Amino acid sequence: MPELERHSFDVLVIGAGGAGLRAAIEAREHGMRTAVLCKSLFGKAHTVMAEGGIAAAMGNVNSNDSWQVHFRDTMRGGKFLNNWRMAELHAKEAPDRVWELETYGALFDRTKDGRISQRNFGGHEYPRLAHVGDRTGLELIRSLQQKVVSLQQDDYAETGDYESRLKVFQEFTVTDLVLDDGKVAGAFGYWRESGRFVLFEAPAVVLATGGIGKSFKVTSNSWEYTGDGHALALRAGASLINMEFVQFHPTGMVWPPSVKGILVTESVRGDGGVLRNSDGKRFMFDYIPEVFKDKYADNEAEADRWYADPGNNRRPPELLPRDEVARAINSEVKAGRGSEHGGVFLDVSTRLPAEEIMRRLPSMHHQFKELADVDITAQPMEVGPTCHYVMGGVQVDPDTGASSVPGLFAAGEVSGGMHGSNRLGGNSLSDLLVFGRRAGAGASDYVGGLSARPVCSDEAVAEAERTAVAPFSGSDAAGENPYTLHMELQQAMNDLVGIIRRAEEMDQAVKRLEELKRRAATLVVEGHRQFNPGWHLALDLRNMLVVSECVARAALLRTESRGGHTRDDFPGMDADWRRKLLVCTLTGSSVEVVEEPQLPIRSDLLALFEQSELQKYLTADELEG
Amino acid sequence: MGYQGHFRVWRGSDEGGGLEDFTVEVNEGEVVLDVIHRLQATQTPDLAVRWNCKAGKCGSCSAEINGKPRLLCMTRMSVFAEDETVTVTPMRTFPVIRDLVTDVSYNYKKAREIPAFKPPAGVAPGEYRMQQVDVERSQEFRKCIECFLCNNTCHVIRDHEENKESFAGPRFLMRVAELEMHPLDEADRVQEAQSQHGLGLCNITKCCTEVCPEHIKITDNALIPMKERVADRRYDPIVWLGNKLFRNKS
Repeated sequence: MPELERHSFDVLVIGAGGAGLRAAIEAREHGMRTAVLCKSLFGKAHTVMAEGGIAAAMGNVNSNDSWQVHFRDTMRGGKFLNNWRMAELHAKEAPDRVWELETYGALFDRTKDGRISQRNFGGHEYPRLAHVGDRTGLELIRSLQQKVVSLQQDDYAETGDYESRLKVFQEFTVTDLVLDDGKVAGAFGYWRESGRFVLFEAPAVVLATGGIGKSFKVTSNSWEYTGDGHALALRAGASLINMEFVQFHPTGMVWPPSVKGILVTESVRGDGGVLRNSDGKRFMFDYIPEVFKDKYADNEAEADRWYADPGNNRRPPELLPRDEVARAINSEVKAGRGSEHGGVFLDVSTRLPAEEIMRRLPSMHHQFKELADVDITAQPMEVGPTCHYVMGGVQVDPDTGASSVPGLFAAGEVSGGMHGSNRLGGNSLSDLLVFGRRAGAGASDYVGGLSARPVCSDEAVAEAERTAVAPFSGSDAAGENPYTLHMELQQAMNDLVGIIRRAEEMDQAVKRLEELKRRAATLVVEGHRQFNPGWHLALDLRNMLVVSECVARAALLRTESRGGHTRDDFPGMDADWRRKLLVCTLTGSSVEVVEEPQLPIRSDLLALFEQSELQKYLTADELEG
Repeated sequence: MGYQGHFRVWRGSDEGGGLEDFTVEVNEGEVVLDVIHRLQATQTPDLAVRWNCKAGKCGSCSAEINGKPRLLCMTRMSVFAEDETVTVTPMRTFPVIRDLVTDVSYNYKKAREIPAFKPPAGVAPGEYRMQQVDVERSQEFRKCIECFLCNNTCHVIRDHEENKESFAGPRFLMRVAELEMHPLDEADRVQEAQSQHGLGLCNITKCCTEVCPEHIKITDNALIPMKERVADRRYDPIVWLGNKLFRNKS
């Protein structure tokens, strides 16, 4: 293969969002020669879409906040299915990661005494989200990007080469990991621009590829979210957990059709926005679940007092965790009380003065004005649930981000466990930084401890290349169009494994996925390898299909409702299921899902909760033990 | 509701190309990027376009629509008459890679030439204290989504390839201003703004401000204040004398 471009690094980071960049910074600071590979341009990753903020118990606005309270909120939000060690590390380290961003040059909104301001968000007991208006994700990505550049400037000063220790390969897609005797040896992929193949030889890979939303029809996720990291991990022999838990954000735009699914930040509700149905009723009071009754107001007067006096009033139910709000909106629309375009109304115009809305929610104002011709300072928004986040991902060691495959690490949305069955808003950006840093360190330590570097064999590379060019070699007669197949996949996932699920439909989904998988084998793309979106989609489909199968099969097995997994046929939460994880692995082209016991929560962490609360989640023998 | 729209899209590579005509379905509420995607899905599967968030937040889908630099995802079809031909061309200032995709590496190169934020010595993480009113000046510039439409439209480099070497463009001159106005940054970039990054080439025609999809007042709030700082430093006789007398100290 004379045309194959080759590079050699110590640590490869796949993905340049918050987790990937933080991992890369850490690996570089550990002295590793580090490369970041990303599908888009540097600085465009999906993290820019995060709006509300980054959760960290700094206690700047309410000094009662602490890591223990944040830990409790996270476990409650995830309905106690979370990996408790991850939730613990996350709550403890998030403040340091936020403060560290300030040393990179980030400029958060301030409190009166000059510290980082923090705002209220669903499921968080105290104002906890550090923010920059409603463009916090942009601030995070830009700060990390500028830190990368600053490290490159240091390297330039020392070596005369900006890229001597840390290099970004942008608009590059990884199609396969290369293994040597079960250990990571490198990664194979193509330049999106030229279609030329590249082999990266490296003993450690950090997956930071984000989520899987593009398998669903209505989603807040961009084209990049095709489950690449999830699929790469599966094919390398690692396991995924919690894949049945997919978060539908309660508030996506519903009109016009071309923007359906685009996110409307939860800050709208955190700052006073309320949800109403077509009768003008604030319906969320009818949807407060038993487990949250003592924390949420059951009347408008108390809910409205809470904004000014949170100490003596319960929170408005609009700020329930996302899974609860999404289901409530779904029920209202189904009951015929929806808006004209099949959503409900989210109104901040009657709750805050126009100039306050412009100050706190500038990008929401801009987005609705430009895309829907709606002025949110004067009119309500129409919103409905949109596929937003996958709680499931690569099963990792909490402290190092290591998967079961030597040399393979994962951080951020592509990893699983941290958020249990449902992620709280604001916990994603902090997750990226806490575990991005840990995975970067974990990968560096792993590389430092190796006595010999694994080798990428010619056969493995040739195999990866054959797979990548396969869509060009199909026979036209029976060939499938990747765009058509993608649309069918999205429709199937939306209709059959969506926000409300039942056994017959998921059975049907599994069959439909089998059929799509068969048809995908005959995908045909036209043209050549140079910047060919049809070819790119054909390769991404391979990942979307296997990841969708994990979601559907795991969802079918879990016969209860919990967090981001709601079953019409099993509406209750079952304490026995809390003790079980569903673990997905791949053999050949078939996905296997098996039950695995969940590690019991460490006793000092369990002691942070009232016994009465634990009774709602744990089994009788767990409570005794 | 839907209608058949007329599109002219530039297709080609660094070796050349031209406008191609298409008739394509347009539906209510759509933006130009939706129509480009429909072309990909139905007529030209290998049409190259860069995009990502589709909500005006990532700045990937910059191009020129009827000659105006714009984001494809934030340009609604309703601003055009149904019988109007919509012409979509790549950004002109940067070399074409293919179709609507340009090589924007100039911008990444310039980003590296601006000295990074220099944290205050002796202030530990978590101890940073700044007032809202003081951070707001730089926050305005940090709204930048790096779509590079300002650099694309700036005639200093749009019409003069030879200036690219010595001119950072509005985007990165604004980055200098952002760091200079950061309440805690300890570096000094004022002289370099003029000598290294080409601030003097800007003659404040405000084209950059006009095309900014984030409505950042690049000229008024970043470039003019930077020019004033340079002028103060250079031409104030007391500062000049001070620099002469005490230059060994700094």
